[in-house]
Amino acid sequence: MSKPLIEITHLKKYFPIHGGIFSKKVGDIKAVDDITFSIGEGEIFGLVGESGCGKSSAGRAISNLYKPTAGKVVFDGEVIFDVDENYYIEKKKMQAMRRNIQMIFQDPFASLDPRMSIGAIVSEGLIKHKIMGKEEALERTKELLEICGLDKSNVTKYPHEFSGGQRQRIGIARSLALNPKFIIADEPTAALDVSIQAQVLTLMQELKESMGLTYLFISHDLSLVRYFCDRLGIMYLGSFVEIGTAEQLFDNTMHPYSQALLSAVPKSHPSEVKERIILEGDVPSPSNPPKGCKFHTRCPQAMEICSKVAPVMVEVEPGHTVWCHLVK
Amino acid sequence: MSTQTLDAKSLSPMGIVFKRLKRNKMAVAALFILILLTLIALFAPLLTPYDRDQLDLANSYQKPSAEHWLGTDDLGRDTFTRLIYGGRVSLSVGLVSTAISLLIGVFLGAIAGYSGGWVDNLIMRIVDVFMCFPFFVIAIAIAAVLGPSIYNVMLISGVLSWTKICRIVRAEVMAIKGREFIEAAISLGLEGREIITKHILPNVLAPIIVYATLGIAIGILSEAGLSFLGLGVKQPQPSWGNMLAAAQSLRSLRLHWWLWIPPGMMVLMTILSINILGDGLRDAFDPKLKR
Repeated sequence: MSKPLIEITHLKKYFPIHGGIFSKKVGDIKAVDDITFSIGEGEIFGLVGESGCGKSSAGRAISNLYKPTAGKVVFDGEVIFDVDENYYIEKKKMQAMRRNIQMIFQDPFASLDPRMSIGAIVSEGLIKHKIMGKEEALERTKELLEICGLDKSNVTKYPHEFSGGQRQRIGIARSLALNPKFIIADEPTAALDVSIQAQVLTLMQELKESMGLTYLFISHDLSLVRYFCDRLGIMYLGSFVEIGTAEQLFDNTMHPYSQALLSAVPKSHPSEVKERIILEGDVPSPSNPPKGCKFHTRCPQAMEICSKVAPVMVEVEPGHTVWCHLVK
Repeated sequence: MSTQTLDAKSLSPMGIVFKRLKRNKMAVAALFILILLTLIALFAPLLTPYDRDQLDLANSYQKPSAEHWLGTDDLGRDTFTRLIYGGRVSLSVGLVSTAISLLIGVFLGAIAGYSGGWVDNLIMRIVDVFMCFPFFVIAIAIAAVLGPSIYNVMLISGVLSWTKICRIVRAEVMAIKGREFIEAAISLGLEGREIITKHILPNVLAPIIVYATLGIAIGILSEAGLSFLGLGVKQPQPSWGNMLAAAQSLRSLRLHWWLWIPPGMMVLMTILSINILGDGLRDAFDPKLKR
């Protein structure tokens, strides 16, 4: 791994649950529960897990869109927040910092302001940060649209005139406008059909190489992250169960949950022998996660210790870490 | 958004609304009537040979004739002249009072909806207090204290009617705040103020415009009501309300129909046109509502 661009330490994000007559706080949804990882410069880190495991919340907490409950994020040597030290970056500084951290959103129909023209949407950041004047920003917008495979005449059109795939490209053009170092892509292909997915991913890959980008790629599509991401982190109920490079995770899967998840990837060849591991039961509520190892209620290999003691991080090979009692 | 050029193919969301509105014949007719009334009110001095308050006691209670299109009143003043000058008062009261209520309501509603928490709570409790006031009782009380005048009517009607728009704007802002394009704007580094003015308010424009048209009608009605009670616009300045009030004697009602039918019809026509236009706008903004 190259020099880390962003380091996330013990990040937590709890959403309070209010109940009763006086809407007192009665509990927490532990969307992100103590995650630690870092992403090297020029790397694509995939955050994988099933629906509701806290992937998107993690992305938003890292980019400071959600106020974190605990933890620390350091971006490019600058501390964005450190809840334990009660340090939060100043508002003005954060606004300036946002130039380098951009997001691509999941739903291309909700992520573009319907009342703004494409030109205004893409150039908004450029004008806000006074990088360019209006005329120049419009020229740059046209360039960006062409980079993303759209015609430059589209600047005067409005979002409702585009298809989902085109809108997603507009979203990507907007995130590139500020020349960021780091892009958080929150399931950018989830709302697109397969042929468009490939186009968007190829575009993201090309941009990564030409502009030296680093991605945090949030996805639930395993067959996709395997080829797109350098390193992967598999999440379950707000915590990591396994982190490693894509090869390590796919060739030497250690955690029973990862094994079950990866067994769900469709076979790439008819003659391939593959056993599907079907998990029993539902995902427990994140407001009341199981004690010990969070996965023990559904784990096919659960032992007595699993329901009592939370497993600690074990490094099985360089860069490959697992949280499981089976691994010693 | 000033430099955008629209060709036939690419319509802005506002352009689409306008196109849909044009298809609604009733609304277009209502808009036409309103524009006509506004023009008549604006150019009142050019349309009539008489002075607004010109007395002619020898010719009081004249029936409509070629000379006096709508006859004369108890002091021999030309009713048609007073009617079109009265339109100035009624329309300006409607517009200004709506502007005041929009200014307060949109500002507080946007802040309440966007900030949430205790700010929202505080503003909503103020709204609750204002909503407890029975409109006419308070309006009459304030008018009695401040004295009857056109400006006081504007102020009273504006200050008492901002609560509804405030609630509407707050609810809309809360709904739009959760959309991803707001997160995108935060990611771009925009400040709360910029997000409200550039992204949220343009998206709540539809209910604001619809409410504003209907608010103008309420403003005109409350002017007419207050003037009718003698607490609005004072003679000799004419307004549709105080013209009606002046003709409320039994004798006038029976014998001098030209004193009360025209102002009554004007109020009716204006309010009806505004309501039809408001409905048309609502349909144009939200085609899903159409039956």
